[in-house]
Amino acid sequence: MPTCNFWIDGKQYTAEAGTNLVDAARANGIFIPSLCYFPHLDPPLGTCRTCTCQINGRYNPACTESVREGLKVEVYTPELVDMRKALVEMMFAEGNHFCPACEKSGNCDLQHMGYELGISTSRFPHLFQDRLIDYRPERLVLEHNRCIKCRRCVEEVFTADGHRVFMYLNRGNETVVGIDYEQAARLSDAETRQAAKICPTGAILLRGKTLAEPFGNRTFDLHSVQSSYQHPISEGPPATPRKKKTIATVSLAGCFGCHMSMLDIDTEFLEVAELVTFNKSPLTDIKTFTQRCDLGIVEGGCANAENIETLRTFREMCDILVVMGECALWGGVPALRNTFPLGECLEEAYLHSLTSEPGERTIPYSEDLPKILNRVYGCHEIVEVDYLIPGCPPAASHIWKVVKSLLWGGDDSLLYAEFKYD
Amino acid sequence: MSSPSTFPGYFPVEPARSQLLAELWQHQLQAGYISAAAIQALAGRHHLSAVEVEGVASFYHFFHRQPAGRHTIYLNNSILAELRGFDQLQAAFETATGARIGTVDPTGTFGLFTTPCIGLSDQEPAALIDFYPFTHLTTGKVQDIVQQLQQGARAADLCDHPADHIRYTPPAGRTIFFAPYARGEAIRQLPALGPEGVLEQLRIADLKGRGGAFFPTHKKWAACRATEDALKFIVCNADEGEPGTFKDRVLLHSQPGSVLEGMVVAGYTVGARYGILYLRGEYRWLAPTLHAEIAAFRAAGLLGTNVGGMPGFDFDIRLEIGAGAYVCGEETALLESLEGKRGEPRTKWFYPVEKGYLQRPTVINNVETFAAATRLLQLGTTAYLQRGIPGSAGTKLISVAGDCQRPGIYEIEWGMTVGELLDLCGAQDPFFLQVSGPSGECIPATASDRRISLLDLPGGNDIRCGGSFMIFNRGRDLVSILQNFARFFKHESCGVCTPCRAGNFLIERKLERLQNGLADRHDLEDLKSWGHIMKATSRCGLGKTATHTLVQAIEKFPAYFAARFADTDNSIYRKFDLAAAVADYEKYKPKS
Repeated sequence: MPTCNFWIDGKQYTAEAGTNLVDAARANGIFIPSLCYFPHLDPPLGTCRTCTCQINGRYNPACTESVREGLKVEVYTPELVDMRKALVEMMFAEGNHFCPACEKSGNCDLQHMGYELGISTSRFPHLFQDRLIDYRPERLVLEHNRCIKCRRCVEEVFTADGHRVFMYLNRGNETVVGIDYEQAARLSDAETRQAAKICPTGAILLRGKTLAEPFGNRTFDLHSVQSSYQHPISEGPPATPRKKKTIATVSLAGCFGCHMSMLDIDTEFLEVAELVTFNKSPLTDIKTFTQRCDLGIVEGGCANAENIETLRTFREMCDILVVMGECALWGGVPALRNTFPLGECLEEAYLHSLTSEPGERTIPYSEDLPKILNRVYGCHEIVEVDYLIPGCPPAASHIWKVVKSLLWGGDDSLLYAEFKYD
Repeated sequence: MSSPSTFPGYFPVEPARSQLLAELWQHQLQAGYISAAAIQALAGRHHLSAVEVEGVASFYHFFHRQPAGRHTIYLNNSILAELRGFDQLQAAFETATGARIGTVDPTGTFGLFTTPCIGLSDQEPAALIDFYPFTHLTTGKVQDIVQQLQQGARAADLCDHPADHIRYTPPAGRTIFFAPYARGEAIRQLPALGPEGVLEQLRIADLKGRGGAFFPTHKKWAACRATEDALKFIVCNADEGEPGTFKDRVLLHSQPGSVLEGMVVAGYTVGARYGILYLRGEYRWLAPTLHAEIAAFRAAGLLGTNVGGMPGFDFDIRLEIGAGAYVCGEETALLESLEGKRGEPRTKWFYPVEKGYLQRPTVINNVETFAAATRLLQLGTTAYLQRGIPGSAGTKLISVAGDCQRPGIYEIEWGMTVGELLDLCGAQDPFFLQVSGPSGECIPATASDRRISLLDLPGGNDIRCGGSFMIFNRGRDLVSILQNFARFFKHESCGVCTPCRAGNFLIERKLERLQNGLADRHDLEDLKSWGHIMKATSRCGLGKTATHTLVQAIEKFPAYFAARFADTDNSIYRKFDLAAAVADYEKYKPKS
């Protein structure tokens, strides 16, 4: 094939005519986010839409386009950047993606796209659908909570005599990837490993596999594929003199891990202590606000009515409100219960569990106890939130960069390795 | 390589896999469901894994994996049915049959389910029982029907014969679709015209596809004609699923010959031997009419070998029956369905005229387009061009339903204004109009001087109408109508691409918030922005148009939406219903 000239964001590039646009862009140093794309599949899957660009003026995924002479592509317009983020956010909202509790964390393509695109949290409300974890296959576990229906396994995994092992079932929002137990059993061990490997998320897992690499050290943990990775914290005001400010903090339905992480800046904490006064905070043990604060930092989501009351007080008493950690952002680990009715959770915990007293019939209820909500809510569902810090827990450097930037202005941006969900 | 189809009626060039839907239908109709054993048997026969067959069966909602009752009842849950008393109808059926909606009664006699629009919007409340139509239902009628079925009567004998309700045709004999029809008049002109002559006539008349996309028919046929392949197909898209649309039903019922003849003309023009009419499952009851017409064509030498006495021109037509999936109206999804697969739209890697059914060049057109082609040859271009307005010649079939006195089919000349149509059908205090179904346009009834024509592109002053015209009066709640549309798209999305599969679900949730009074200005902005994202990023027309009405409604009825959020501007709190959020827990309050 002859080479051809094509244009990305107004700049001219060359590639062999007929090369898939995603590959042609990458070869020219331009990163087009993609998830379902698999280089050798023809026709391409075009299911996740994460690589949507404007191609000769029309919105289309880059993966279903091959370069030809004169092709004009827009990739990094603000609208397209936002659109692609929205698609990845939609996948997070649709499934039940608990990164801190996922075997694939750090090796997950979905998570990776979240990092590359700088997604703090999904703009979409999480759907929290109860989904199956299928333990029936002999060598695999199918974790439907994490499946993004990219179709890779459907089109890639076949038995030696050409039978499909995976297939879409149902339709619409009920679409799931089904597995044929009989055919799955006929795969070789290598083919089974390959099936788990091509899954971009942790939806296809190998049974009995120990995880050799520790979290923090995996494929996508440390280095961005974008040479110019830059995740600005906010377009804040220019730097101002570091006048002393007042901060309040609280942990709602969380584990205090984010507060622990705050302390992880070690000796730098001495600098912080000179710059800020802590008002209401577990760090000071001040129980109620004694003054209005410049900044409020909230860990944890809202699992009961008291959490809501506390959060609203924070919103009222703090000029700027920052929420940190996965729990505060969208529910996090406590939101594991969100796919079940509250009654089922309470009855399991207090009546039917192994540790409950035989014949126990009481679920704690008193007017003095905070009332438990039907599900766990992220803070932004309850009040306006100014800034969200992802992570479980967020890196100390991330937290303090945000605090400093918000309180005293100045440009700052996060490093790829500081921006994590686990 | 798959073995050729041996199924009765299938063409020898078709692989056996193509008959999978028909085989699943056999099981469904005989056993009332598709059993695990049936899945295994079909998988074995077609050398497929069981999960692949299950994937196909579970895609179409008329195929059940659990017994669906000796009599299977489908209630239409489209918006027009909702307005005509869906709730009472559901209650009537639940009481009479003892089955709750979505289930089968304990004796296994009746299965009661919902399905989107069954194409009888002018005769609601309506239902399908064992795939036979029952119209104008009342509580009394329901009791009577159920009782008779219990006593052993057959739905086929009890069912209604839906009226065509052709309410209006252009005056002074200017009708195109309902003029007297004699089989073969168009076909007999073919030898004189030749394929290029047909294309020329289509071009002069500027006939455009009537499925709603209005692509020039002559271009589509010429592109297919230009391909070298010896094996080509003509497919008639009779998967009329857009809620509120029933024009194809009436055409297939009252003028089936004109549709079949158009397919023959297309076959002659592009050099195809085989035609398939893909009839939506909801119209199963029309199959005998169509089979009879096909037989009459064969008897008249208008199908088979040397069609119309033209040596060497062989053409035949068979029916394929869908099984409940709106998305199969999308042409590439329909092709997948014909191949015995899940009806998932293909990527636009190829057009059907290049690689269509079985990856062969395929012309796929709407029912009305084929009928129009027949009528065009019959009338001649001069007479055809005298109908309508310059630049938008001819007539259009419109299904009118909703809040009006005379719902039914209106054959209007292009150029008629919205106001004229509203007067003709006796619209009652209209508030807004939904043109071309939920995926179309919503316009205020005050826009009565806008013309229905093809002169403007979508978004212009003239309105393109794909075939449905729904009227909603002032008493109707816009948000609940939008909710109905959102539920429909959520249910009917093929599930392949993220923005449509997840997006429609998210939109439905958001509208629920709106309906419960929990939305504020953020939510309206969100809806507009999400709607745009879905439009730009979805894989096929379903997702691209699913939020069209929603976004338009927010823009066109600002006063209506503003009234709902007047109290929430500038709050630092998001609206939250604490009482509802603790209601589950309050159930555990000890009883004193």
